[in-house]
Amino acid sequence: MKAGPLQAARLVMVRDLRLAFRKPSQLLQPLMFFMIVATLFPLTLTPELSRLRDAAPGVLWVGALLSSLLALEFLFREDAQDGTLEQFALSGQSLTWMLFAKTCVHWLLTGLPLALSAPVAAVGLGVPAEAMWSVVAALALGGFALSLIGAISAGLTLGARRGGVLLSLLTLPLAVPILVFGADATQRAITGGEIAPPMYLLGAIAVLGVTLAPLAAAAAVRIGLE
Amino acid sequence: MATWTWFHRFGSPPWVYGFAARWAPWFGGAAVLSMLIALYGGLILAPPDYQQKDAFRIVYIHAPVATMSMAVYSTMAVAAAVGLIWRMKVAHAAAAACAPIGAWFTVATLATGMLWGKPMWGAYWVWDPRLTSELVLLFLYFGYMGLRAGIEDPQKADKASAVLAIVGAVNIPIIKYSVNWWNSLHQPATRLIGEADMDWSMVWPLLLMLAAFFLYFGWVMLIRLRAELLRRERNASWVREVVA
Repeated sequence: MKAGPLQAARLVMVRDLRLAFRKPSQLLQPLMFFMIVATLFPLTLTPELSRLRDAAPGVLWVGALLSSLLALEFLFREDAQDGTLEQFALSGQSLTWMLFAKTCVHWLLTGLPLALSAPVAAVGLGVPAEAMWSVVAALALGGFALSLIGAISAGLTLGARRGGVLLSLLTLPLAVPILVFGADATQRAITGGEIAPPMYLLGAIAVLGVTLAPLAAAAAVRIGLE
Repeated sequence: MATWTWFHRFGSPPWVYGFAARWAPWFGGAAVLSMLIALYGGLILAPPDYQQKDAFRIVYIHAPVATMSMAVYSTMAVAAAVGLIWRMKVAHAAAAACAPIGAWFTVATLATGMLWGKPMWGAYWVWDPRLTSELVLLFLYFGYMGLRAGIEDPQKADKASAVLAIVGAVNIPIIKYSVNWWNSLHQPATRLIGEADMDWSMVWPLLLMLAAFFLYFGWVMLIRLRAELLRRERNASWVREVVA
């Protein structure tokens, strides 16, 4: 009996999660990176919390973007090298669904933990305690959109010899809207404003990403495997 | 489907090579001629602006190249999509030929904008939405060219960069909207036709200059396309005949 696309996606998710938890050190790396970046800003900018508070949205979002990029390199590369992606493509199952599952795992393992641990960095940046839930929510939602966009560029750079810098070059311009709305939501949370408008827009981008990004990523991976 | 046969000829590299050779001089001549007339109209005939004096005249370069920077991206994305969907080698070559031209138009837009911004706004650079989206457009061009250069297999490079061009085209309106989220310093777009904000003596050189830059793009694009076709088809027999 042939499994449906949802079942295939579920199996890919379970497999990726299991593989990731076998290498816990790799799991923690993006998180550590994010914390270090957040620490460098007070050291280079100013130790004054009132001034750091103005820079906090930028620090949090640029840090989140960079650590998401760092983990993106491993999204498809290992599976492409050992032939797993080829098996996926030949399995007769929908590659779109399987890559969407991989992208979701990428978010579960980098975007979500990063959002959940962001309050630690945010406290150091002078973000008031009552803004924390909004900061976490915005980073979680924006991180999901970042993972979806990143999946496209990770797929596109599969064929390139040195993917690292290229991956950033492709992803950063495409990530501009997410950063603008995400940082705006964080800014509003810190100043006690209404965060709903930028959050709706972030949500809209995430929905658009869910609809289109896995298709584009599947097309990109197919090209890379040819 | 006899009406469609003209389209199929564009799938043949030798035919397009010859076509580009025939048309490039016409585009070039028309571009130079219209550019000279438009420059005369814009720099000498048009009266100085009542507010900006002679400094406004940079608009005759700035506005057309800004339009071109976006028009070339659309052309590139359409060519890339045609190449991806109908597996047309010539369309991929055309997309590849477009990218550096578009990137240069974008650089020219930013440079002329900065030169104008210094006396008018008091700063070479301000983080205005239109400037910012133009800068992001430049990065999109860089990404496209970087991806092309990064993949060794030419067919893979064609297809991967085509996917990127299409993804970028979908994303550009969202980028535009997101940077408009900030408030704008840039003057709103000027109406040229109908209830015009500018006098006709200032408008016609601008429109002619825009046409001139389109022709210029056609010219440079055809030359680049020929070079691109020669490079890609270097092992084909028709190239040997052409070169010999």
